[in-house]
Amino acid sequence: MSEKIKRLNISKSILLDCKQTVKDFSLAYETYGKLNKDKDNAILVFHALTGDQYVSGTNPITNKDGWWVTAVGPGKAIDTNKYFVICANVIGGCMGSWGPKEINKKTNEPYGLNFPVITIKDMVKAQETLLDHLGIKKLLCATGGSMGGMQLLQFCATFPNRTFSAVPIACSTNHSAQNIALNELARQAIMADPVWEKGKYYKKNIQPKNGLAVARMVGHISYLSEKGMQEKFGRKLQEKADYEFSFDADFQVESYLRHQGFAFVERFDANSILYITRAMDYFDLSKQFKGGLVEAFKNQKTKFLVISFSSDWLYTTKENKDTVIALNSAGADVSFAEIKTDKGHDSFLVNEPEFLKTLKGFIDSMHIKFKNKKNEKRI
Amino acid sequence: MKKEFRVIADLLPKNIRVLDVGCGDGSLMSHLIKEKNIEARGLEIIEENVKKCIYKGLSVIEGNAETELHQFPTKSFDFVILSQTLQAFYNPEKVLKDLLRIGKSVIISIPNFGYWKVRTSLLFFGKMPVTKTLPNSWYDTPNLHMCTIKDFFDFCIEKKININKVVGVNEESTSEIKKSNLEIKNLFSKVGIFLLK
Repeated sequence: MSEKIKRLNISKSILLDCKQTVKDFSLAYETYGKLNKDKDNAILVFHALTGDQYVSGTNPITNKDGWWVTAVGPGKAIDTNKYFVICANVIGGCMGSWGPKEINKKTNEPYGLNFPVITIKDMVKAQETLLDHLGIKKLLCATGGSMGGMQLLQFCATFPNRTFSAVPIACSTNHSAQNIALNELARQAIMADPVWEKGKYYKKNIQPKNGLAVARMVGHISYLSEKGMQEKFGRKLQEKADYEFSFDADFQVESYLRHQGFAFVERFDANSILYITRAMDYFDLSKQFKGGLVEAFKNQKTKFLVISFSSDWLYTTKENKDTVIALNSAGADVSFAEIKTDKGHDSFLVNEPEFLKTLKGFIDSMHIKFKNKKNEKRI
Repeated sequence: MKKEFRVIADLLPKNIRVLDVGCGDGSLMSHLIKEKNIEARGLEIIEENVKKCIYKGLSVIEGNAETELHQFPTKSFDFVILSQTLQAFYNPEKVLKDLLRIGKSVIISIPNFGYWKVRTSLLFFGKMPVTKTLPNSWYDTPNLHMCTIKDFFDFCIEKKININKVVGVNEESTSEIKKSNLEIKNLFSKVGIFLLK
């Protein structure tokens, strides 16, 4: 499995938010398309909670479609015939980057809970080194939805003007109480599984499957909208004519959740969910800067497009608009569009034509502007 | 491009920051960027128009000017433009106050209810006017607070809003409106464009 994964060894020291300094750890990544001669076509994608570096094509580890094939690929909104797309697995993840299931060189055992508690900022710092490695001074665009959007906002605040344009999708500048609560539910489900054993389950080569599946089910409920769920499942029964008066999956919606939950445990590490959800909960951009968000976004030359979805109750339009207001107050160049859809938070991952058209329209127009700007400089 | 937009463009200096409130599909913004190297931002309520602007690479925020102008910091733009929409707000006075807060200068255009065709429609036919600048019937018009150039003139004086320049536009010509020719221009202008400070 491991030879299929591209890895960068990060040799420079990085000071984590928890005050631990780390170096010589790996960052797994994948690229699509070709970097052109002028290096003006690079797009960095940040993945969400359960994503990985395999944005497009077929994920070589799971043999399933990449998580964003609806948006990224040849002829897609982010056209890999035209653009060079980069995505890295976040640290704390489990698709080849430095994470809790990796071997701790000091103990020769998997880290488990000895892995440091990382933050969104730590993830972003690690990914910035990848840009240096690939020789990209300035990106054409950086984008990401959900936690990917939060990484993007952090990236813009920590490394100002490293990207010409940015599309934060369905995200916020800090995690709301509701989102922290949902993450806590996911973590408690994992930790309540007796197999978890304070994160030391690797020894027995097993996973706390039941807990992890419940954690995933919580997630899936939050990614849909009330209306979307009602339309998709209603009270429909799962391949049966009537109730069975048992606790099997009578309803289609139950069956769907069970399927999603148990498919997930095949590809994701339970401890990674603990670490990554924690990073999301700790995310509060305004807390990092003395002057709050205005300070976080000052001197931005990056052109932003914030996108929200009308039926998203995890990262609401109001929260996305608050990001717009902050960018505006800091004098940044910001556009905002709300996509009207019933598909909830998941809208950015599924085929939502209005969203994909908007994304494509923005990136293509930014590419023209970026090229013109580079040419001006040359003259 | 609309004649009105040309007049607005002429009122603007080069290399400034402009907020176009109700920017539509962005045609005025595109013109200002190209001809005057202006840094233009838009606010637009109609989703379709927002997307058109985004495809053109224009900076636009989807939102309602009635409720969302508070997001723009005080004096953050050299000019704020509001083209023929003041009369459509529930509370035009509040919107105008916000525009004057955000912009160092404000350009507002109003469809003139004092235009002679409007007056004759009421006088001779006893019907609410339907014209090119006022294309809707009484029951489906978005215009809640119609006024004349003279009304708006008086309003600015009453509210102590500094009128820098007023231009009247009709099919044949554009001309400056002053206190001395207000009566006649109020009769013959289809649209009034006010530059306020």
